[in-house]
Amino acid sequence: MNNTVVHDQPIMQVVGLQKSYGDARVLADVTFDVQPGEFVCVVGPSGSGKTTLLRTIAGLQPSSAGEVIFEGERVTEPPQKMAVVFQDYSRSLLPWMSVHDNVVLPMRNKFGAAEREAKAAEALKAVGLEGKEKLYPWEMSGGMQQRAAIARGLAYEPDVLLMDEPFAAVDAQTRIELEDLVLRVRDQFDQTVLFVTHDIDEAVYLADRVIVLSGAPTTVTEDLRIDLPRPRHIVDTKALPRYAELRNHVLTLIQDAKSHSSLRR
Amino acid sequence: MTHTLKLFALRAWLPVLLVAIWWFASRGSTSLYFPPLSQIMSIFAEDWLGRRVVSDLLPTLGKLLIGFGLSVVLGILLGVFLGLNRWARSLVEYIVLFFRSLPPPVLVPVGVVIIGIGAAMNIFIVVLGAIWPTLMGTIDGVRSLDLVQRDMAKSYRLTVWQRLMYVILPNAGPQILAGMRTTLQLSIILVVVAEMLASTNGVGHYVLASQQTFAVTETWAGTLLLGVIGYLTTLVFVSIERRVLRWQRGSGQE
Repeated sequence: MNNTVVHDQPIMQVVGLQKSYGDARVLADVTFDVQPGEFVCVVGPSGSGKTTLLRTIAGLQPSSAGEVIFEGERVTEPPQKMAVVFQDYSRSLLPWMSVHDNVVLPMRNKFGAAEREAKAAEALKAVGLEGKEKLYPWEMSGGMQQRAAIARGLAYEPDVLLMDEPFAAVDAQTRIELEDLVLRVRDQFDQTVLFVTHDIDEAVYLADRVIVLSGAPTTVTEDLRIDLPRPRHIVDTKALPRYAELRNHVLTLIQDAKSHSSLRR
Repeated sequence: MTHTLKLFALRAWLPVLLVAIWWFASRGSTSLYFPPLSQIMSIFAEDWLGRRVVSDLLPTLGKLLIGFGLSVVLGILLGVFLGLNRWARSLVEYIVLFFRSLPPPVLVPVGVVIIGIGAAMNIFIVVLGAIWPTLMGTIDGVRSLDLVQRDMAKSYRLTVWQRLMYVILPNAGPQILAGMRTTLQLSIILVVVAEMLASTNGVGHYVLASQQTFAVTETWAGTLLLGVIGYLTTLVFVSIERRVLRWQRGSGQE
């Protein structure tokens, strides 16, 4: 559905982003953009600075050079129309608050009380946590906790939802469930998503576009359009020859990046 | 319900037995230092359920409550400030270290010289000696904020006040309450010591004055009362602590 949509103005541009910690160069030169409504996955080998990249885009840490432009403005602090779903749901949800309160808390500065309740209920329903509002995070499974964190992000109504390897810590079957959940709510909320992962299958399955990173010091190796039909289906889509083609292409790029970066070290 | 009763019986039998032994062993005692428990109890009832409630018991409880309350409020406020400001923390680090290493009762003679005798001075001593565990607990608790929780609070643009009330303080709760518990125990000790040395009323004053006039039965009664006060306040505190930290028991972060 979104495959053919053409926009003249990207919602986000990452331009020549660099980041070093002391002598260690993590990001050498990262440039890409995200169009409104797009689902973009950033995939790279481990140690390619994916989390550094995401934190910089989210305005949680400054870059060494280059910039992130979000809705026409340079990001210097976390923008109000961005939300982050963190990898470690057990730490990003507050254990002293119920699921409901966790979801409502960020909305306090954005919406009135009645609106907050309505949006929280809608988001929790969308992720399948209807009726679980009063539970505390530690009373739920890991998959349910990450659903709650996703609901918190959606309810905040960001223009871009950033997701930092959100399913890295859940088991394989839960991961499949959550991937389809993300695709579903993305359609329902018409949500622009920037999704960082190390999992190539996940990236190709979810994305409209995959940004492939090299190993550190990191650059963009390829900006790859994923021309698989939507809606995607966990069995049918992955059975398409085109899926295997794209997946193998990305896999080759990542393998090359790994051997290059180990040579450089 | 039977479970609660059983638990109570399990915990109560030894204290009950000890009191019974005391009661019968001291029966008919003519020793000046070990009066019969029955006599101690009748003095206890006469003084602490009667004529000394207003003149001594309430002032002591009042000073304890105010001293403990001030220690907690000031300790938490200062602790949050110091916990969030590395600069301020390094500035006062050694001052804090010095005061909390000082044995608190040693402050009493200095206090007498500076503010003299009376309730205000007693409270001052309590706060000066008992504030430190709450202060240190708060500083450590505030600093222990998880990196991901901090990122979450930042990325969702929580205001300073929201971060404090919904993230920083609840996270520091276990350490703050652990500090408060020690502050409570120190407050009781200090209110009694301060009353012994620098007051003209109160339970502490009563205990020391009766001892100095060889009214040993009164001394015993006052000592028992202090034990009861300490026990009951701790009991109340622990039950409040349990309620506040319910989330912590469940999340396995004990």
